[in-house]
Amino acid sequence: MVSLDLLVSAIVAGILLGGFYAAMTVGVSISFGMLDIVNIAHPAFIILGSYIAYIVNARLGIDPVVASILAAPLFYALGALIYQIYHVAFERRGDEALRGLAFFFGLLFITEVALILVFGVDYRFVETGYVGTTLHLGPIYLPLRMLVPFVCSLALVGGLQLFLTRSFIGRAIMAVSQDQLALQLMAANPVKIKRIAFALSIASAGIAGALLIIIQPVEPSIGRDYIGRVFAICVLGGMGSFPGMVVAALLLGIVESITATFYGPSWAPAVAFGCLLLTLAFRPAGILGRHA
Amino acid sequence: VSNRVFCAVAFAVAAAAFALSLAVENEFYIRAAFVVLQFLVLATAWNLLGGYTGYVNFGTAAFFALGAYGSVVMEKLAPLPIPALVLVGGVVSGAVGLGMGYLTLRLRGAFFAIATLALAVVLQTLITNWDFVGGSRGAYIIAPAEIELLGHRIGYIRYLFLVMLLLSVIAVATARSIERSRLGFGFAAIRDDEQALIATTLSGALMGMAGAPYPFYITYLDPASGFNLNYAVNSIAMPLIGGMTSWVGPIVGALLIGTIQQFAIVTSFLGASPAVNLLVVGALLVAFVILAPRGIVGMMARHKGG
Repeated sequence: MVSLDLLVSAIVAGILLGGFYAAMTVGVSISFGMLDIVNIAHPAFIILGSYIAYIVNARLGIDPVVASILAAPLFYALGALIYQIYHVAFERRGDEALRGLAFFFGLLFITEVALILVFGVDYRFVETGYVGTTLHLGPIYLPLRMLVPFVCSLALVGGLQLFLTRSFIGRAIMAVSQDQLALQLMAANPVKIKRIAFALSIASAGIAGALLIIIQPVEPSIGRDYIGRVFAICVLGGMGSFPGMVVAALLLGIVESITATFYGPSWAPAVAFGCLLLTLAFRPAGILGRHA
Repeated sequence: VSNRVFCAVAFAVAAAAFALSLAVENEFYIRAAFVVLQFLVLATAWNLLGGYTGYVNFGTAAFFALGAYGSVVMEKLAPLPIPALVLVGGVVSGAVGLGMGYLTLRLRGAFFAIATLALAVVLQTLITNWDFVGGSRGAYIIAPAEIELLGHRIGYIRYLFLVMLLLSVIAVATARSIERSRLGFGFAAIRDDEQALIATTLSGALMGMAGAPYPFYITYLDPASGFNLNYAVNSIAMPLIGGMTSWVGPIVGALLIGTIQQFAIVTSFLGASPAVNLLVVGALLVAFVILAPRGIVGMMARHKGG
């Protein structure tokens, strides 16, 4: 018997989860969707963000979200450095397809193994006042452990969307994703614009990492479980479009949550993969894609 | 050199290597050589797709594990000799490669790469939940201590080594003949979807074939060892470090990196753990793609060419 209450709470949990997925994916929407840089190491940087939030939280007792915002400039600088190497070694040589991918694959491993060597493979978690609290709205349960990341995530995506559509640099980033030559005619340096955009994507990974460790305990290799998810959401959402990406993230969250509730949590990763394959096979432009 | 002559030479080299291995008393070295050859097959198989068509496969571990788990399933249903299991692994992984290629190869290469990455995660989830093959607890495979071969009794590990030697010959001969036919028919045909599809299938099949003897080598197979990312990292790093443009590159990369890794494990060099090994390979991969994109073979050719 499928009970209505169970279905409703599964959908609510899925919306909260999906909202959080938007924070994990927004960086990929920028790097892969707009700049055409296939940064498969993105989830590894998210896990790095989780560990930084964990250290700051454990040592200084600072809230993980606040810690991640304080660490954002570091991630921004890391992103700028990585883009610079990527540009000089691959983009300029026109060699990004194969060796660029291998480069990010190598970064994924270096990050993951370095975390294993420093922290071991034990699960780490953060202590905050709200992790154990749950709000009740009638039959609906809203655990703050999920609600706080949900709200922070939407704020992050909303803020980035405002930045991209309202600021000069943001508009230049949007322009670079459409037509590099036009940007050069406007006397803006596309390499500099792309560096800023990529650095922003890595900064968003740091913040997403803090949200992740609020939701669940983290160990170095769980990032790999998210690679399929974030790229599925990015493609499903139509690559560079944030509204499409949020819709796709919520959809995937709901489908995963319903699958976990009715068929068991072990099948959840198969959902993301199935979505990805179906999308690639039948609708590569995404559900809200501009061009099919 | 024609394909037939090349195969004859390759078999002669393999026979010599096997004869030499019989003189080695300590089976520890045979085990190490088996692992190096396993990487040689995987690296050559990876390069069939990556080197000749430019598609990046991150799912080597998935294809390898499919072959290994194919053997576990057969061992439980109807035990077969190793050469037959190798064929089973080849068919299963080749079919999965064909399916993956069919769904994603018409899109940009990045999508294929991402799909293979996700494939590894999902297949591991499925195997972890499949109790018949032991689920997350893993499965024990009982390998005999010795086997009779042409009237001689040899240790089982030497037999597995021989199988892997022959697989290496098959893999290298396949790579070389594809390379030659490609050059023969001109470059116009390389980007052809059908050629990529054939390459994906052959590459997946060879990876599955490399995985089939693995349960008998390790005797205890669990998802963590079958899907070990070691395979994905090494099978990409070895061709890129050795050089991707010819069949020689993956051999050079596999023999070099594989031997160094085995040496590090045997001697505990610098307290080498599997994690340190991975870190070193990852760092070498990044260093080579940035500083020496043509790999070792490419650098040698440039020196010779002046």
